[in-house]
Amino acid sequence: MSPHLFDIAHMLAGGLVLLSLAMLYQDRMFGLLNVFALHAIVLSASVAWQGHIQGAPHLYITAIIALVLKAIIIPLALRRIVVRLGIHRTIETVVGVGPTMLAGMGLVALSMVVMLRATQTADPLAREDLAFALSVVLLGLLMMVTRRNAVSQIIGFMSLENGLILAATGAKGMPLVVEISIAFSVLVAFIVIGVFLFRIRERFDSVDVSALDAFRGERR
Amino acid sequence: MAVAVDLALQAAQMLLVLALAPLLLGFTRKVKARLLRRRGPPVLQPYRDLLRLIRKEAVIADNASWLFRSGPYMIFAATWVAAALVPTFATGLTFSWAADLIAITALIGSARFFLALVGMDVGTSFGGIGSSREMMFASLAEPATIMIVFTVALVAGSTQLSSIANHMLDHASLRVSLGLALVALIIVAVAENARIPVDNPATHLELTMVHEAMVLEYSGRHLAMIELAAAVKLLLYVSLIACIFVPWGLAPAGASLAAYAIGLAAYVAKLLVGGFVLVLFETSIAKMRVFRVPDFIGIALMLGLLGTLLRFVSGSF
Repeated sequence: MSPHLFDIAHMLAGGLVLLSLAMLYQDRMFGLLNVFALHAIVLSASVAWQGHIQGAPHLYITAIIALVLKAIIIPLALRRIVVRLGIHRTIETVVGVGPTMLAGMGLVALSMVVMLRATQTADPLAREDLAFALSVVLLGLLMMVTRRNAVSQIIGFMSLENGLILAATGAKGMPLVVEISIAFSVLVAFIVIGVFLFRIRERFDSVDVSALDAFRGERR
Repeated sequence: MAVAVDLALQAAQMLLVLALAPLLLGFTRKVKARLLRRRGPPVLQPYRDLLRLIRKEAVIADNASWLFRSGPYMIFAATWVAAALVPTFATGLTFSWAADLIAITALIGSARFFLALVGMDVGTSFGGIGSSREMMFASLAEPATIMIVFTVALVAGSTQLSSIANHMLDHASLRVSLGLALVALIIVAVAENARIPVDNPATHLELTMVHEAMVLEYSGRHLAMIELAAAVKLLLYVSLIACIFVPWGLAPAGASLAAYAIGLAAYVAKLLVGGFVLVLFETSIAKMRVFRVPDFIGIALMLGLLGTLLRFVSGSF
């Protein structure tokens, strides 16, 4: 098999990491949604490419689910929520962009070191794809930690899940049932979170989660 | 005879960058105007501007030192040498042993150093603002450039542009670290050439200007030198990106005349594509606040760092 096939798979996985970093950098809501949609498109391209390399046609279904759900439905729904709730369009971060990006770089380095050490006997290409997937997961977590706005935390969660799908498709032999159930559980989670958003907004006139701390009676 | 041909080719390369630089600038201005649904100046307008400036008298402030007079020539010379070293239509020219990425970075850095000095020389406040901002951006853009150089050198095993281009031609492959380096180099190129998200080359609005603020005191032939140096710098970055990342069409050392002609045509095509993409990017984005620019250039630094890191951790990235 030509090495270019793997090079392209590699490039797509690297592109996902790059887009995760771009999401950390964004400070506007709609910009963030656009980058998230792009993230999902690259993910589905990557999954479809893995299906092509591995000769596993069920991966195409996963790719189509990712494309429809995450690149089209969820960004559009979030956009509607943002418009209807009149959420502040600039995203407040807990720390500045610079330290966040540095932390993100640190996480990427960490996942490379950990993954490449932990899987020394495995196939080298799968190892590096796993390392990329782990860094996408960690960057999603970092995004959930460093944002105050509930909508951007949702996006962090979704991008984390993109990382999980990347890891799952890089490893051969993930059954289709599992993938479909993951995809739909994410959709359910999204609906639940959406309902919560409306509730938070109703009660506090804001989706800034720091308002919840005061309600819980924590001392600031 | 062979030596004479080699020298002639090298001279052709040096004159080519000088001749094409205003054309690239005129092309980008024209395309930008067309994208904004304006007619725009003719493509040859930068040449006419330069001729007009050279014919005009140079007005120099009373308190200007020798630095103010000699600065433009030093800036121009450093930029021209750097641009002439980058392989444009052929690799392996006579002076290609000197076409080292680190040397080119250093030449650009010294041109910037002189520009910042002459900006402060007369002592007007605008010059000082421009110089300090330029240095603020440079303090991030230069380490980013060095990181990109490291990444490319780790991939290609050399910092010499001719051998990098040959390596890329022989072992063409998609690599994540090279992709990161490309994005970082584009950001650095946009910042260094004072293009739109960082600085607006077409304005004299005091809040936003960086490059224009430094050269505000210049007129006549001095201004012509600085403008030509800026045009050559734009050409330099486009040819650098073309040479490292899309080296197809470059004529190898000792090729036939037809190969050189193909190389030249490919180079002009790359310049046109590069200029068009630059303008497309510029027209689709708004100018940034000055204090957000360090974040923007910081991205380039981080991407360069990430590329180098990936290369070190595993050889196959």
